[in-house]
Amino acid sequence: MATLTASDGLTMDRIHRREKLFNRICAGVLIAFALIWLVPLLWAVDTAVKPNAETTRTTWLIDNPTLDAFTRTLRDTDMWSWYGASFIVSSLAAIGTVLVASMAAFALSRMRFRYKNIVFWAILAGIMIPGQVLIVPWFREFDALRLLNTYWAVILPQIPAAIAVFIFKQFFDGLPRDLEEAARMDGASFFRVYRRIVLPLARPAVAAVAIFTFVTTWNDLLWPLLVLSNPDLMTVPVGLATVQGAFGIRYADTMASAILGAIPLVAVFLLFQRQIVQGIAGSGLKG
Amino acid sequence: MSTQTSDQTDTDARRGIAPTAPRRRAAPQGRAASAFLAPFAVLYLLFIIGPALYGLVLSFTDASLVKPGLNGAAGLRNYAEALSSSDFWSSLWHTLWFTILTTPPLVILGFVLALLANRVARGRWFFRLAFFAPYILPSAVVALIWMWLYTPALGLLDTALAKVGMTAPSWLGDAAWAMPSLAITTVWWTLGFNFILYLAGLQEIPRDLYEAAAMDGAGPWQQVRRITIPMLGRTTTLVAVLQVIASLKVFDQMYLMTSGGPNFATRSILQLVYDEGFTNYRVGYAAAVSMLFFLVVLAVSAVWFTLVRRQEKVV
Repeated sequence: MATLTASDGLTMDRIHRREKLFNRICAGVLIAFALIWLVPLLWAVDTAVKPNAETTRTTWLIDNPTLDAFTRTLRDTDMWSWYGASFIVSSLAAIGTVLVASMAAFALSRMRFRYKNIVFWAILAGIMIPGQVLIVPWFREFDALRLLNTYWAVILPQIPAAIAVFIFKQFFDGLPRDLEEAARMDGASFFRVYRRIVLPLARPAVAAVAIFTFVTTWNDLLWPLLVLSNPDLMTVPVGLATVQGAFGIRYADTMASAILGAIPLVAVFLLFQRQIVQGIAGSGLKG
Repeated sequence: MSTQTSDQTDTDARRGIAPTAPRRRAAPQGRAASAFLAPFAVLYLLFIIGPALYGLVLSFTDASLVKPGLNGAAGLRNYAEALSSSDFWSSLWHTLWFTILTTPPLVILGFVLALLANRVARGRWFFRLAFFAPYILPSAVVALIWMWLYTPALGLLDTALAKVGMTAPSWLGDAAWAMPSLAITTVWWTLGFNFILYLAGLQEIPRDLYEAAAMDGAGPWQQVRRITIPMLGRTTTLVAVLQVIASLKVFDQMYLMTSGGPNFATRSILQLVYDEGFTNYRVGYAAAVSMLFFLVVLAVSAVWFTLVRRQEKVV
């Protein structure tokens, strides 16, 4: 390449200059879009730190910012109890999904048994069924099981996620087999191999599935709205949906509740940014 | 019973050689495999396959929310009623209209912004943060923020437009504007997902392809047209189909921001299921509408499957 540049220096120089200019234009457009994307979030924060009386003045950053709206929201709504509910429901769904999906994927990836292909295709078919079309039968089922208005109604349908099995299987298939073969020869049981060798090696997949299940369960609205009618059990989105409008023209309080509802997820995002991004990018979703 | 024997059969099977010895290990492995599969299988049958079949059965009955049991067979009546009901067609149309309004901007903007971000050397974390952060917010939070932005006269959008001498439309209050307003909110909310998928796709294109093209005198624009866009074909198929399926499943935004109004102008198909099943207690009818909706989603998935297979043949 060096020789080419030397003999053809003039054109290469022109190409470089053109590329540089192009890159600068790219950066400019990108920054403009990023700022547009940040405005709604910044505006929400800005409104929340104004006194209610001043929220209708559309100026950024007033002189007397206050956190009153946040303390009022935490005092007057059930935000803490919504946090608790969301945390319990999302954590249990994440743990349950990781456990049952990784076990099933381990069997599909590492064991020989009859009807393996049929089992695999049956699970894959489940990816096609959107949960939203199942709400009517689910409601009757959980009614019959006497589980309406319990966390089980929210957690249980989340756990058998076909896509999670698929992600784990993809990941397990790519793991080297030497270690576990050695362990098997030493007489280790399949469960020991799964628990001690494969699962620790699959930490990126575990993290991706756990975080995704956690976030989607936390954000789910339609189904929890139907089954959690008891205010003591409501998750954050259901709680926010029911108080929506209750603040009337107290825009600072409304924005404070929105921000409080978002804070746990923003924390999850900042902590696990890399896993979330890699989870989307490399989840086998790429096709 | 040694592991080596089974491995031998395994590799032989992979090579396409018929195993000569009977698989003696098959039985014990089958039992262990069932133990590993059982927890998933039980939950999967109870909460996915079972309910799917139950929903199919319900759709042929007059089942009601307030009465137990199936309440008598309806045959195809629920389906006939749905297909001849203007509520069904209008909510299906709203869902499609929403999909049409959201898919092209979400796919194209996702692509363009990822392309730009891929060229910028520094601060990529900042762009990821800016575009992706909204995606993880609960819909209820997004709705609260955007209803405030859309507030007539007082909202940021109205005052900003007033400053440049334009009159803002009645965003959520006007039947013609409500759906585009919901689409704008949705583009802001979910763009990050496609942005990430495209960034991942871009990173898989080998750099020397561009270098070679630059040597041959191809400008940046030609590089995008001749290398990037063709190389991202599969990513685009995936992004577009995932986007269409996600948009078809819309419910939260309408429910939270317009309650399906004004005058049912933004009632989605899932909200029709919700209204019929849980407000009018017509479980059988709601199940039939769900099944029809499922057919639409299946059709989209089938199109994707065919496209991917065709692309695989070409490559």
